[in-house]
Amino acid sequence: MLSKNEILETVNMVEKEHLDIRTITMGISLLPCVRESADKTATAVYDRVAKKAENIVSVADELSKTYGIPIINKRVSVTPVSLITAPSDGGEIKIAKALDKAAKELGIDFLGGYSALVQKGMTSYERRFLESIPEALSATERLCSSVNVGSSKTGINMDAVKLLGNIIKQTAEKTKDKGGLGCAKFVAFCNAVEDNPFMAGAFHGIGEGETVVNVGVSGPGVVHHAIKNMKGASIDEIAEIIKKTAFKITRAGTLIAKEAAKRLNAEFGIVDLSLAPTPVMGDSVAHILEAIGLSSVGAHGTTAALALLNDAVKKGGVMASSNVGGLSGAFIPVSEDIGMINAANNGAIDINKLEAMTAVCSVGIDMVAIPGDTPAATISGIIADEAAIGMINNKTTAVRVIPVPNKKVGDSVEFGGLLGEAPIMAVSPYSSEAFISRGGRIPAPIHSNKN
Amino acid sequence: MKAIVSVIGKDKSGIIAKVSTALAEKNVNIEDISQTIVQGNFTMIMMCDLGENISVAELAGVLDKTGKEAGVIIRVQHEDIFNAMHTL
Repeated sequence: MLSKNEILETVNMVEKEHLDIRTITMGISLLPCVRESADKTATAVYDRVAKKAENIVSVADELSKTYGIPIINKRVSVTPVSLITAPSDGGEIKIAKALDKAAKELGIDFLGGYSALVQKGMTSYERRFLESIPEALSATERLCSSVNVGSSKTGINMDAVKLLGNIIKQTAEKTKDKGGLGCAKFVAFCNAVEDNPFMAGAFHGIGEGETVVNVGVSGPGVVHHAIKNMKGASIDEIAEIIKKTAFKITRAGTLIAKEAAKRLNAEFGIVDLSLAPTPVMGDSVAHILEAIGLSSVGAHGTTAALALLNDAVKKGGVMASSNVGGLSGAFIPVSEDIGMINAANNGAIDINKLEAMTAVCSVGIDMVAIPGDTPAATISGIIADEAAIGMINNKTTAVRVIPVPNKKVGDSVEFGGLLGEAPIMAVSPYSSEAFISRGGRIPAPIHSNKN
Repeated sequence: MKAIVSVIGKDKSGIIAKVSTALAEKNVNIEDISQTIVQGNFTMIMMCDLGENISVAELAGVLDKTGKEAGVIIRVQHEDIFNAMHTL
């Protein structure tokens, strides 16, 4: 029998602490859509996505009403598009536009999977695909793109890393009237996961089933609320309360994920319990770290506090569901977190501290605006550093930076909505050019030899 | 199907009457009810059986209207969400 306190706890989590299901993401395999021409493939892709996901918005609304928990985003992820464009030379943009059209008609906010997996090598059609990314992101509204450049098993493809520096610069240039917004929809990964429901990095891995529902649960506000009154409590007690809170949130997510999969005639994939902040007050990961005891995120101790948070979240999640996957941890996107924005404005946090933090939490240098005149090789250097952290530590790392055209340190940029606003952060003025221009591959690390 | 109705708002006369009338009109059976005043706020929790007559989503629409008339916030949620979060 449920107690009154338990019932009120759940009600308050939704009412006052921003508990929500951040996203229901339907993964759809596009492998059956390959045709001999880009036009035919584009038509097949559009038809398949529009049909498979036709009920995603109505089902999410129904579930939201039934369980009384807001479901914020409805999304679709697809097979990495580079895998289906091989025969359609130069037709990549047609497929990008077909996907964008499907997303708009379904009423979903983002569709991810304009992606390529080039962690070891790159075929000629994958190179062509990568070069199409700036055009694809500027010609579409809701399409998200990602490229996996490295893994703990294969090492880091430095040719791809080099190329991505230029691709990010071109994407910013092509979307300069919107502050380089295209770059907010592009992620460079190391150890990309195949079942991530969160954007911009979601894609439907080739090891996945035909149609899969993955659910991303959030709740930085709930965790913050749970620990803000624990003055004088030891760190063990803090870890314990985070774990228990993560457990409850994940259980709610699992229930909704399973029900969503059933109603959408899809497999249930995973629940991704990630503390994903939004720019609204009371929904900040930075504020959790500050509630743990730091005067500002960025202070010495931030990396340790984040490590504890990330680990406790994972432990609670794993206890709550046998199918926890995706990224599952804490996100630290600068522009999407009011506490991070404040810390960046105050100079309390810089890109170097962020890099250290990415070694202990999920994802990486995320939604960081940098000066528009940052050289491509410097961006490649940032990607290489993050990829190295991921490769050596057997974890996912990512880079989503926006070199905002015509902006310099001290300025800020506003993307609006969930993407928030960001002060321009300084990058190292020293050149990475000679290192990046070498190309080649960073060999797989010693611990990849496990067979 | 079982659902939990929670009513939170400023205390005034007639809240229970209004909510239970709305539920009765939809043939929803109240199985358990508890009510307290927390920091001046009226807080009521009702365990309800919706039978096959009405879905949780439909009832939410009805009670939302009742809540607006009575000046309180009424939520109705499928009981599974509470069980998932609070029981092993």
